[in-house]
This record gives sequence, C-alpha cells and structure tokens, in this order.
Amino acid sequence: MSSRNLQQGDVPIVMTINGDRLELHVSPWTTLLDLLRDHLHLTGTKKGCDHGQCGACTVLIDGRRINSCLVFAVMRDGAEVTTIEGLAKDDSLHPLQEAFIERDAFQCGYCTPGQICSAAGLLAEDRAHSREEIREHMSGNICRCGAYTNIVDAIEDVMAQEQSQQKAKVA
Amino acid sequence: MKRFEYIRAESIDDAIAAIAAVPDARAVAGGTNLIDLMKYDVAQPSRLVDINRLPLDTIEETSEGGLKIGALVTNSALAWDTRVEEHFPLLSSAILAGASPQLRNAATTGGNLLQRTRCYYFYDACTPCNKREPGSGCPAIPGVNRIHAILGTSDACIATHPSDMCVALAALDATVHVAGPGGTRTIPFADFHRLPGDQPELDNTMRHGELITAVEVPPSRFGAHHTYLKIRDRLSYAFALVSVAAALTLDGDRIVEARVAMGGVAHKPWRDRLAEADLAGKQADAAAFQDFADQVLEGAVGYGHNSFKIDLARRAMVRALEQAAAGTPQRQTDKRIN
Repeated sequence: MSSRNLQQGDVPIVMTINGDRLELHVSPWTTLLDLLRDHLHLTGTKKGCDHGQCGACTVLIDGRRINSCLVFAVMRDGAEVTTIEGLAKDDSLHPLQEAFIERDAFQCGYCTPGQICSAAGLLAEDRAHSREEIREHMSGNICRCGAYTNIVDAIEDVMAQEQSQQKAKVA
Repeated sequence: MKRFEYIRAESIDDAIAAIAAVPDARAVAGGTNLIDLMKYDVAQPSRLVDINRLPLDTIEETSEGGLKIGALVTNSALAWDTRVEEHFPLLSSAILAGASPQLRNAATTGGNLLQRTRCYYFYDACTPCNKREPGSGCPAIPGVNRIHAILGTSDACIATHPSDMCVALAALDATVHVAGPGGTRTIPFADFHRLPGDQPELDNTMRHGELITAVEVPPSRFGAHHTYLKIRDRLSYAFALVSVAAALTLDGDRIVEARVAMGGVAHKPWRDRLAEADLAGKQADAAAFQDFADQVLEGAVGYGHNSFKIDLARRAMVRALEQAAAGTPQRQTDKRIN
C-alpha cells in the first residue's frame, strides 16, 4: 500500500503561515487552532466554542475562510495559512483592521480576529454586496457583545474603498 | 479525544483497503462533523483515513446533461459553481441555507450525506442513545424532543437527518456512487439514507469499507418552479425545524410533475411519491397543495415538544409549493417569506 501510515510519532508537515514556510511535526489529533495557539504561540486566533459554532477561530487557508478548530493540522499539509497576525503589512494595518477601529466594531474584542479574517474571506469571495448579504455571509461569526451593526459598517467601508480603488485603476 | 492512527490515502483503492481493514476506521475529508463528534467522544475511530488527496474534487457534466459531483467538492464550490447556479438553483439554494460560509468552505459533498444527527442525546455521551450505543434506550422519546422527527420514527429512535443539501438532492432524484472492496455500485438517493427501525445506529445503506466517490444529479426540468424553504429558530446558521425542497413541472397552471422533499422531520429526507403522483394533473392552487400536505402528514406523530412541527410542516409545504408554482424561489439572504 502506497498510503503512508503516520501513527508513529509526530507527523511531518509543511505549512506556510503568514508567509513563513515552516517544517513542523504534529500529532494527528492536533487541530490547526491548537497548532497555531499552543505550538506556534500565534494567540491572535481565538478559541471560543471549539466546535465550529462561534467563528472565533476563523483563519484563511489558501485564501478561504475556515474554522481552524474543526480541522486537524495534518489534513492541511502544504497549505498556506493566514491568521490575524498576518493581515497587517509591516506597520500598516489591513484596511479591515483600520475600519474596525474607525467604526468601533467590537467591545470585548474576543471575536474580532475571527470577524476580521472572516470579513477578509468574504471580500475575496465577492458574493456579498448589500448590508443584508454581508450580515448573512458573516453569520458564522458570533459576537456576544452585539457589535454586529458596526461590524457591517466596517466591512461596507472597506468594500466601498475597494470599489473606488478599482474605478480609479480602470480610469 | 481518543487517540487514533492516521493514514493519508493516496488512491481510492488505498483508502478503501485502509478503512475495510479496521472495523471502526473512518474516512475524514472536511472533518466539520466528524472532528466535532470526536471532541465529544461520540465518535471514537481507532483509525482515521484522510481522503483529501484523492482525485474526487471536480464537477463533471454527464452525457445526459446532468452533473457528476465529486465527493470532495466543497459545499461552497458546489453552491457557487456556475452550472449548478444556472441549472440546479434548488441545490445551490439549499446548500447556502445551511451552516456558515466557513463550514461550507471545508465541508464536502460526501461528508454532507454522511453527517450524523444533531439529536441532543446522541451528542451527549453521558446519556443513553440507541444510535450511539445500540440497546441503551432513547431518552428523546420521553424527553426534550423539540428538534426531533414526526415521520418514519421507531420505538428505538426519533432522530432527524440534519442536512439541507440532501433535501434538495432527494427532490432532484440524485444517485450516490460508492466504491468498496467489492467494486463500485450506485444507490438511488431515496435508498441511501434509511429509517431508524430497530437499527438506528445505521444512518444509511453503505457497507463498511465503502466510500462515496460522487453524487450524480440528472438534468432538471423545473426552470424557475422550485424553492428551498427553511424554517428555523434563528434566521441564519441554524438547523432546520422543518425545510421543504419543492419543484414543479407545469403545463399552464396544471401540474405535470411535483417533487417535494422535507428536512427536519425524519431520519432521512422525506418524500411521499404517492402524494406527489396524486398532484399530477391537478390545478396548481392552494387547495391542491393543502390536500397534498394533509396526505403527506397522515401518519405524522408528535412527541410533545415537537408536536408543533406537524402544523409547521403542513404550512411550509403549502407555502413552498406556492413559491414553486409562482416561480419565486425563497431567497436565502433577506429570508422574508413571500
């Protein structure tokens, strides 16, 4: 059988996390969330429910948003992962981070990294355009403080910025 | 979580052999349901076979004009495939009514079919459950059963199948392609999931070692005359209390063919082909739809907390058929029911 039995010891995987290519050894039962937080000390990604119900652990895998609590790291060998720590470019915040501050789109902030990564995924999908659509497409991220209105405001702001930048490019 | 042996399969044959060799081995693809169940110690596979590298992630057009959907196609890739949006909008709509964008990005077509019930007692390893531990009893029947089944139940189990996508696939007369140690076979969608009977531990008719390779949908003739209407406790990111996939072929205002599948009411997507056949030839109006709904729900039984579902299912079927007849499918963003 050409399949590899990877029970013995830790499983070798390669993952590019926030632009850094890492060669790692992980147990098969280590979730991506636990790998990020406990092994790589990237604690920006939050553990809320740990069952895919709250969205606090949302990260981008190969550009798409997923719940990092419901995937074993070994299943994503070779993947490119972006967490909240990887969105800013040097000293300049990601436009979504700026907009969340500007619009006061959080209170306690615990869900915020997941909200922002989810919003980055939403922008890349380009499927939500109205407020209603943004709300529906952000429904996988729960905010117990209830900052939803401001979160939608922040995402709308960035969408408008992106549109005007695109128009400027076309012109 | 119980520790397990991890195998990364490089081919379909390897995956089948690795699963077939160990009685409690399980395949993992998206993991959104299985890993959750493992965290609750509800699923405790001693071997996990990762099938993510298998070449099952494409959607192909069939010679008849249908689609063959690879088992590893994610829910979002399927819902947003232009061929699905154009020719199978009912399927697209049902998928987008379920879960969240993050979950749909990871969850796969095959995994959606194989997801387990969301019965509270099944999920709580401290309580008895005939589905989790055959013979231990069903606390849902005398207990808290608001989300439970009203059709096709047994003395052993009143759990429901939680999928939205499968309700649409049932209405679309899909076929499931599986491969196993004995070769490949196809299973009509209606025969894939099963009723609990006295073996509620079996959700479907697959044999151990078999793997779903694809789901095929035949060409659809419904045009705009379809809808997926999902009724739930909150507007988004919640399982259905009752959902209805309805599709009609009309000749003027007369029904040529009707297909109605319900979710949230049974151990499998529920269709009543006799009642559907009786609708054929009738005028597409509220009276016919009400008669149809009454016929479907003739054998419905409530267990207390879920008894409201009988009337809810009746109203949801009538409304869904009205939406399908009018060619105004339910929108999955603003959720207002017209």
